[in-house]
Amino acid sequence: MSTLSPARRTPIDNRRALLLFLGYVVLVAFALIYLYPFFIQVATSFKTDPDAVRNPLSLSPDPFTGRSFQRLATSDFPLWFLNSVVVTVCVTVGRVFLDSLAGYALARIKFRGRQAIFTAVLAVMAVPGVILLIPKFLVLKQLQIYDTYPALIVPLLVDAAGVFIMKQFFENIPVSVEEAARIDGAGTFRIFWSVVLPMARPAVITLTILSFQGSWNELPHFIVASQDPALYTLTKGVATLTSGQLGSGNQFPLTMAAALVMTIPVALVFVIFQRYFVTGANAGAEKG
Amino acid sequence: MTPDGRTATGSVLATSSVSSAPTTGRGGPGPRRTGTGRRRLGESTNLSGWLFVAPTLVVLGLFLLVPILMALWVSVSDWTGKGNPFSGDTGFVGLDNYKVLFTEDALTRQDFMTSLRNNFYFVLLVVPAQTVLALFLAVVLNQSLLKARGFFRSAFYFPSVTSSVAISLTFLFLFTGSGAVNSLLGFVGIDGPNWFSDARGLIHIVGDKLGVWSIDSPPAALTDSGVLSLSWWDWLSGPSVALCVIIMLVVWTTTGTFMLMFLAALQDVPQDVVEASRIDGANRWNTFRAVTLPHLRPTMLLVITLGLIGTWQVFDQVFVMTTGGPSKTTSTPAYLQYFYAFEGQEWGVAAAMAFVLFLIIFVLTGLQRFLFRDKDAIAEKRAVRARNRRRRKALAAEGGEVR
Repeated sequence: MSTLSPARRTPIDNRRALLLFLGYVVLVAFALIYLYPFFIQVATSFKTDPDAVRNPLSLSPDPFTGRSFQRLATSDFPLWFLNSVVVTVCVTVGRVFLDSLAGYALARIKFRGRQAIFTAVLAVMAVPGVILLIPKFLVLKQLQIYDTYPALIVPLLVDAAGVFIMKQFFENIPVSVEEAARIDGAGTFRIFWSVVLPMARPAVITLTILSFQGSWNELPHFIVASQDPALYTLTKGVATLTSGQLGSGNQFPLTMAAALVMTIPVALVFVIFQRYFVTGANAGAEKG
Repeated sequence: MTPDGRTATGSVLATSSVSSAPTTGRGGPGPRRTGTGRRRLGESTNLSGWLFVAPTLVVLGLFLLVPILMALWVSVSDWTGKGNPFSGDTGFVGLDNYKVLFTEDALTRQDFMTSLRNNFYFVLLVVPAQTVLALFLAVVLNQSLLKARGFFRSAFYFPSVTSSVAISLTFLFLFTGSGAVNSLLGFVGIDGPNWFSDARGLIHIVGDKLGVWSIDSPPAALTDSGVLSLSWWDWLSGPSVALCVIIMLVVWTTTGTFMLMFLAALQDVPQDVVEASRIDGANRWNTFRAVTLPHLRPTMLLVITLGLIGTWQVFDQVFVMTTGGPSKTTSTPAYLQYFYAFEGQEWGVAAAMAFVLFLIIFVLTGLQRFLFRDKDAIAEKRAVRARNRRRRKALAAEGGEVR
């Protein structure tokens, strides 16, 4: 586009200005569609019930009140939050570690049966998650861990997609690094843990973010893995808000406050995640 | 739904065939080792390899393979949820549970067929809408003259990463009778429906408005006969108003992810070809159709496949927003199997539903892949090469720190 001759500039410039304008109109319109619901969520959580019903579009609570959050604080909500934190931390740490181990083995260790395992993990990835609800319940009952923390955590500890992300990354780390360490007499696990894994930081961070986001937002698994209210996670507890515990009906500020609190951690990670990847890519470009 | 997890799966699936190549000739012993040394090292390599993958294999086996086999047994058993399904008290009933779904004219078949109908209309609207919208937004975001594209990209992507539960609650509020959406519609003089209690089908409504039929006294020719426990009138309903809310929600949340995939593919379109086409006098639209679109074919395949897989699994939104109502018009097979098992204690039938759903997803994605591949094998090959290139580039960017 920059190679256009000066003679043709004027009409092209006009058209280009029009297209630019249309482009911004589209972007702004869609940004509103994509973000306004979140603004309403934030604003409504600080409204009173009648205000929320009367002015559903307004972004300024009148009167401004923190009552919804107080009510959440005195309900089971803090317990759900704590459960979600425990489950998310365990799942994330476990997933990153186990996926890295398996990914490294599949990428670098030439052991008998590797190809078969590779194929099996590929097949596993094709199984749609939602059809596993009944199967998971059956096995948790059979193992007699239904209604326990392990039931919430252990089945989520490995995801085949994570194994692949790690495998692909490890395959692109130069072998020479490992060979140097092997000559120095380091064992396989030591090479993996202190040499290769630190080099895989970008992939580890990606996987950490995916695991955190996935387990924090997970709902169906928690529905089938327990029924004890003491084991409710945020998603399960809040999902029952519409029909349940804290009463229902038109208490929209309450549900919006709950939705807001469960959105915030992911939103924070999202912001950090974006920045990381921008700077990471830039740093790589400078070094490379 | 966890659109993101699926995204990862999808993009990995698309490229997995690519990067296994560099591993060959790795990890083995050096050339100077003797026979015994090699065997000893081989054994220890085998051991550590298996130790490394053991936890993954145990978890996947225990919570994926074994449970599927268990459910397969339950789907051919008469287990009612009491006691142990694997004890002698539970009997083998052959394909009876599957027959209930397809051959017995009773409530269960009606429920199942209704859920299949609902999900069919859901897929029919969501998959094209999310694909087209994602492509459109990606094309706009790819215009290098626009400023703040990073911000807009994040804005469009944000709904994809947030909790389906939180978003469902927010949409419950937005679409409530006196909610934000109806207020907006009120500004332009439209009296919005009572979204979540409106079971009227979209096709029924449109036909009524066009004067084809009256929704209150539907044509007897359609209501008096039918197939598989539903009248033709019911089959032709289209998605209900309530289901339309879930359709909008899902399009809204999934577009961002697919947009990122299209954006990555667009950045790989050879700019010299685009410019050559423009200089040759082709306008923007023709250039897009002749140059850009063919290049996006593999991404399109990926997006549509992921869309098909995802849309047959709608569960969270139904669970939180409607629990299948009104009049079962938002019930989906994924929700129905949960409902029949955990609420109705009809485990055999529910497990059978799960396997039918599995089959549907499996067949649809297979069919879809086949259709796309068959049409233009050369484009496919070119696409694989492009995918390789893109993957290498992405890895170079990710692994930049390493180098």
